[in-house]
Amino acid sequence: MSFLEIKDLHVEVEGKKILSGLSLTVNKGQVAAIMGPNGSGKSTLAYVLAGKDNYNVTQGDVLLDGQSILELSPDERAAKGVFLAFQYPVEVPGVATMTFLRTALNAQRKRRGEGELSTPEFMKLVRETSGKLGVSQEMLRRAVNVGFSGGEKKRNEILQMAILQPRLAVLDETDSGLDIDALKIVADGVNRLRSPERSMIVITHYQRLLNYIVPDVVHVLAKGQVVKTGGKELALELEVKGYAEFVGEAA
Amino acid sequence: MNVELHPVKTDAEQALSAAYTFARGRLPGKGDIADLREDAFRRFETRGLPHRRVEEWKYTDLRALMRTAYPSPPAPDALARARVRNAGQILTGVDGRRLVFVDGTFAPELSDLTEEEGLTIGSLAEALAKADPLVMAHLGKTFVTEDVGVALNTALMGDGAVVRIAAGLTLRQPIHLIFATSNDRPSASFVRSLVVIEAGAQATIIESHDGASSQVNSALELLVGDDARVDYVKIAHGRGLQVASLLASVGARATFNSFAFAADAQLVRNQSFIRFAAEGTKAAMRGVSLLRGRDHVDNTLLIEHAAPHCESREQFRAVLDGESRSVFQGKIVVEPHAQKTDAKMLTRALLLSETAEADNKPELEIFADDVVCGHGATAGALDPGLTFYLMSRGIPAKEAEALLIQAFIDETIEEIAHEGIRQALMFASLRWLGARK
Repeated sequence: MSFLEIKDLHVEVEGKKILSGLSLTVNKGQVAAIMGPNGSGKSTLAYVLAGKDNYNVTQGDVLLDGQSILELSPDERAAKGVFLAFQYPVEVPGVATMTFLRTALNAQRKRRGEGELSTPEFMKLVRETSGKLGVSQEMLRRAVNVGFSGGEKKRNEILQMAILQPRLAVLDETDSGLDIDALKIVADGVNRLRSPERSMIVITHYQRLLNYIVPDVVHVLAKGQVVKTGGKELALELEVKGYAEFVGEAA
Repeated sequence: MNVELHPVKTDAEQALSAAYTFARGRLPGKGDIADLREDAFRRFETRGLPHRRVEEWKYTDLRALMRTAYPSPPAPDALARARVRNAGQILTGVDGRRLVFVDGTFAPELSDLTEEEGLTIGSLAEALAKADPLVMAHLGKTFVTEDVGVALNTALMGDGAVVRIAAGLTLRQPIHLIFATSNDRPSASFVRSLVVIEAGAQATIIESHDGASSQVNSALELLVGDDARVDYVKIAHGRGLQVASLLASVGARATFNSFAFAADAQLVRNQSFIRFAAEGTKAAMRGVSLLRGRDHVDNTLLIEHAAPHCESREQFRAVLDGESRSVFQGKIVVEPHAQKTDAKMLTRALLLSETAEADNKPELEIFADDVVCGHGATAGALDPGLTFYLMSRGIPAKEAEALLIQAFIDETIEEIAHEGIRQALMFASLRWLGARK
């Protein structure tokens, strides 16, 4: 059954049209890859789903469980289970990673009417999760992403995802800037979170990531629209042929 | 030279002149002290209240801001004393020795005068009246300045603390000078304190002002001996006008840290005049100002490197909401023989509203050729990218902003060595943030 439904979505950023009639459905538990050339609107889609300011939806809708989320603020969307793993996770000086995780988790739980987690419960959750992702206690004590390497930042994103347990995870070019070892750690982390209750959108320019996070379906995005949909073999095909045939076409 | 003829007097200036003329014969101290007052008063008479064309007061136009001069308050009665019991409450939980001043007058019965060997505590009014040798030796000589704010204090100083910490003594607990205003009737006080920290002694000195509708002109002379360590914390809170001067002379190989905290303070001018008189001193002057409404907080520092191999750091941060205004002016003077000086200042302002204003003015005057000096200043709003990142994790906008602001503040507060004071100021910041609309 369809969990996320994007219907004829038109989006402008600073007066420039980026998405022009994008339609897409992601089923419950499905992992959908979105591939496309630079400038096709992949990151815009990620930001629109998360609710970033200045991404102006001029037409269409985004439904989660049949309800529009476009009027919701980013934190309200997060409480409904939307999570964006950033392509470039930002550094947050002065806010310790532990404080950040705890504030975020409890804010979501509060909004959903669940009780806050006790300190021991929270510590246990973080300890277990961070261990699997190779996130050290020392990293957890540091300010969020400050002084982290590219790989550490991406692992920190997946750690947040594992703690927050979203229903829809959007991974925006999670492979960018990672060497093969770091990529494997991150992909393993993502794969552990695959579940019939969790849908994922994996945005990537390259097929490489999809060797490790194998998608159920692949959509090709070009000029702000989905131009082709297929199985995981479509990714391999693109790896060989490139995006030339889509870039050349009129939108 | 800033000397300028100033024939037309404002109401406030006339009232201040009248106050001095009236009080001249009754203020404590004769002889040298009376001369000191007279000189200072003449400086005020010549120049008037400092205004925007006086460079050091450019952003805090005292002549315009101080419409009237309030009268001196009556001697505090039992009721007045009872009213100030909560003074200095920002630091509740800090185990300090409280020395309380009510409307500018020492209140020994509200103060902790338990004896500690090597520590001498007294009132300035008494010390002046009996020409106490310590006061006669140092008062007005710690840092000689032409500043009119200091001159007014010298002319009209009534009471204050006189503290001597003997050589080698490490104080058991911080000394907390509490200056409190007892009521809502407008009143003015001129308090002057002298704290002498002898060689090798270690002390934490806190000065806090919580005023209602008052005008407070305070000055603290701090003599830091060789190899001594002094942590000085100044707290401003409450409605009223406050001009607070720190006049410090720091000896060889000493450690000197200062921290100026202001939250919900209406109009504050903190001015620090600090001289590194001998080699090897390490000093850090820091501050956090939290402003909203029409609050105005000015931190102006003059640091004189008068000896080689001294290190100074200045770090000031302000968070501004509403139509508030923060001022930072940092001037570092490196004298010709003060080689190997290492001096840096950094000021950052976080603007939460379109109508707030932060004025940052760093100045370097370097007369030595082998030094490292630097300054930096930033002013800006919260980074929307950061706010979005936090919100995308489920943290509501208000909470996300509070987290980011608190982080901005704490990075400076964390530098305070005394844990209790550090915690108290972080808590005070949280309260300030909690009251944000």
